[in-house]
Amino acid sequence: MSDAVYKGGNAPRAAAARRDIGIKKRYAAEQRFRMYGVAAIAVGLFFLAALLWSVVSNGYTAFWQTSINLDVTFAESVIDPNGERATDPNKLLTANYPKLATEALVAKLGVDPENRKLVREVGGLISNGVRTQLRDMVVSDPAIIGTTRNVWVLASGDVDSAVKGQVNLEVDESRRKVSDQQLTWIRTMEADGVLEQRFNTGLFTRGASSRPETAGMGVAIVGSLYMMMIVLLLALPIGVAASIYLEEFAPQNKLTDLIEVNINNLAAVPSIVFGLLGLAVFINFMHLPRSASLVGGLVLTLMTLPTIIIATRAALRAVPPSIRAAALGLGASRTQTVFHHVLPLAAPGILTGTIIGLAQALGETAPLLLIGMVAFVADYPTTPLDPATALPVQIYMWANEAERAFVERTSGAIMVLLLFLAVMNITAIILRRRVERRW
Amino acid sequence: MNMLTDAAVEEALDASQNSDTLKMRGEDVCVFYGEKQALFGVNLDVRENQVTALIGPSGCGKSTFLRCLNRMNDTIDIARITGKITLDGEDIYDPRIDVVELRARVGMVFQKPNPFPKSIYENIAYGPRIHGLATKKSEFDEVVEASLQKAGLFNEVKDRLHEPGTGLSGGQQQRLCIARAIAVSPEVILMDEPCSALDPIATAKVEELIDELRENYTIVIVTHSMQQAARVSQRTAMFHLGNLVEEGPTDKMFTNPDDKRTQDYITGRFG
Ligand SMILES: Nc1ncnc2c1ncn2[C@@H]1O[C@H](COP(=O)(O)OP(=O)(O)OP(=O)(O)O)[C@@H](O)[C@H]1O
Ligand SMILES: [Mg+2]
Repeated sequence: MSDAVYKGGNAPRAAAARRDIGIKKRYAAEQRFRMYGVAAIAVGLFFLAALLWSVVSNGYTAFWQTSINLDVTFAESVIDPNGERATDPNKLLTANYPKLATEALVAKLGVDPENRKLVREVGGLISNGVRTQLRDMVVSDPAIIGTTRNVWVLASGDVDSAVKGQVNLEVDESRRKVSDQQLTWIRTMEADGVLEQRFNTGLFTRGASSRPETAGMGVAIVGSLYMMMIVLLLALPIGVAASIYLEEFAPQNKLTDLIEVNINNLAAVPSIVFGLLGLAVFINFMHLPRSASLVGGLVLTLMTLPTIIIATRAALRAVPPSIRAAALGLGASRTQTVFHHVLPLAAPGILTGTIIGLAQALGETAPLLLIGMVAFVADYPTTPLDPATALPVQIYMWANEAERAFVERTSGAIMVLLLFLAVMNITAIILRRRVERRW
Repeated sequence: MNMLTDAAVEEALDASQNSDTLKMRGEDVCVFYGEKQALFGVNLDVRENQVTALIGPSGCGKSTFLRCLNRMNDTIDIARITGKITLDGEDIYDPRIDVVELRARVGMVFQKPNPFPKSIYENIAYGPRIHGLATKKSEFDEVVEASLQKAGLFNEVKDRLHEPGTGLSGGQQQRLCIARAIAVSPEVILMDEPCSALDPIATAKVEELIDELRENYTIVIVTHSMQQAARVSQRTAMFHLGNLVEEGPTDKMFTNPDDKRTQDYITGRFG
């Protein structure tokens, strides 16, 4: 009898003990899973940090460029020795402007103007970009001929690298691009405040150049902006109209199923295929100009359309059917229902999808290479029909250059591209938060 | 003599209240969802200024029939309807009938309150706006206030007309939906289980409202609550497996039904 009592008392306790083990196991499993999650995020963050670190540490110097302050005398004897500028306007365009800058610097450094070798070395300190800089000054105002002006001119790319400490001075002078003599001048000029690093506006305003110090991504930014505008103007209305039709009006049948499958497939097509398509259709068949941002925009539109359609359809589908029923039940037509009620509620989702699609298009490189946007374009495109490049293509082209100064520009351009993408994505998030679903 | 007069008076009263004018009529209505038939030749009359309750077990086709009355079934791709439904003697499935106008004349209130995610004011002004019933601000103000008054909601919301309709309680939302339906001056109001998402107090308010609305509107209501059918309706129609089992005055249906299935359903033996 006491046995029975003992057993009866023990049975639930045993069960409780078993249950305890189960709970412990479950907690352990939960803990483990959380650890995996945290570890996964940590790995992701680590790689993100490594990427950003490598880009920023390589690229932040690109935003400063070494310049030299000169008192340039616009000597008539150099610009127009025979006094022909009144009859021959080309005279002012072809004059030997670098000589003016070299002479000014020679004077500043106190070098013997007769010493050809030293004068050449002095000339090597100054970027060849000085030719256009001084020419533009003279052409816009010929009255400055004969006067002396204080101007900041760009130092050459090698000087810039040396100032930024990117030149290995251990290497023997003969295998360096900056001589010891030039280094000495740089030091004195730095000490005198004649040579300094100034914010590199040229990086954002200039076009392509074979010299790093005068190379900028202005043309690429303009090209990318044109393309974004074309994508926005074409892909958004076409994508939204297609989605509304498919989602709200089209009957559910084999044909619409087929279209649905194809749109999803299209979203997965490698972008280079769109490039080939663009090459075949827009350039070879329609004879649109090569390298034009119009063609780039059209190709990117094709690429972005599926993304926008898929996002828009998801946004439309997320609007509760009861809202449609309410409007239809009041006697609103289908079109009124869609435009008065469904579309406003789907708008945040549509905008988010569009911005993400645009961001994708902004970073796209491969299809643009195929349609010839990988060109050396020094002049700004005035219309989308003019040759242009795009930001990612510019990065690709600079990444192929060997000079140290191009390496930092590559990273600098990547930073600018990442900044654009971040701004777009943050806009998408803010829009989504702002117009959060309200039902 | 005295008795007779009393009876006569009562009858006269009854007649005035339940003027048996026909408002809508379904003749041999069959509905198919794709291959599946959901209604089998339903014949049902809806009388003016009366509340007609549709009852029956789940899936028997009450909502389907209700949706036929304002052609909401048109919005379901696979739905097909045969037979004839008339409103004031006019066939509503006639190609010449404008479905927009029909839905303005036959309004609908749904099972789940579904106000637009807009202000209370906008919820009600929307119908009159799309139907061109009001154009000036003062006219809109008027119709909004009148509709809310009729729906018994005005006093509760008069200070927050421009706050979102979705911020109201469930019962208030449902009355807002009724006000929204009233705002386009319909002749018939269809209600599909309008109280099934509401608590008893809100339900009582809506039922009271239905009883008041009967004066000006014809109402068809689907309900799963026998008590509700008994409380608010004058006539009741019993559906079973897509067939109309029987139809008649509510008191008769609940006290002395002809069909065994009605009897069983009302007493809770199936459904
Ligand atoms: N959109 C639809 N597509 C396909 N079949 C449907 C659809 N709507 C209803 N049905 C079918 O038609 C039949 C009748 O449905 P209905 O909604 O009219 O029933 P009900 O009487 O309103 O039921 P409940 O009381 O549960 O609301 C059911 O068998 C249902 O499955
Ligand atoms: Mg139903």
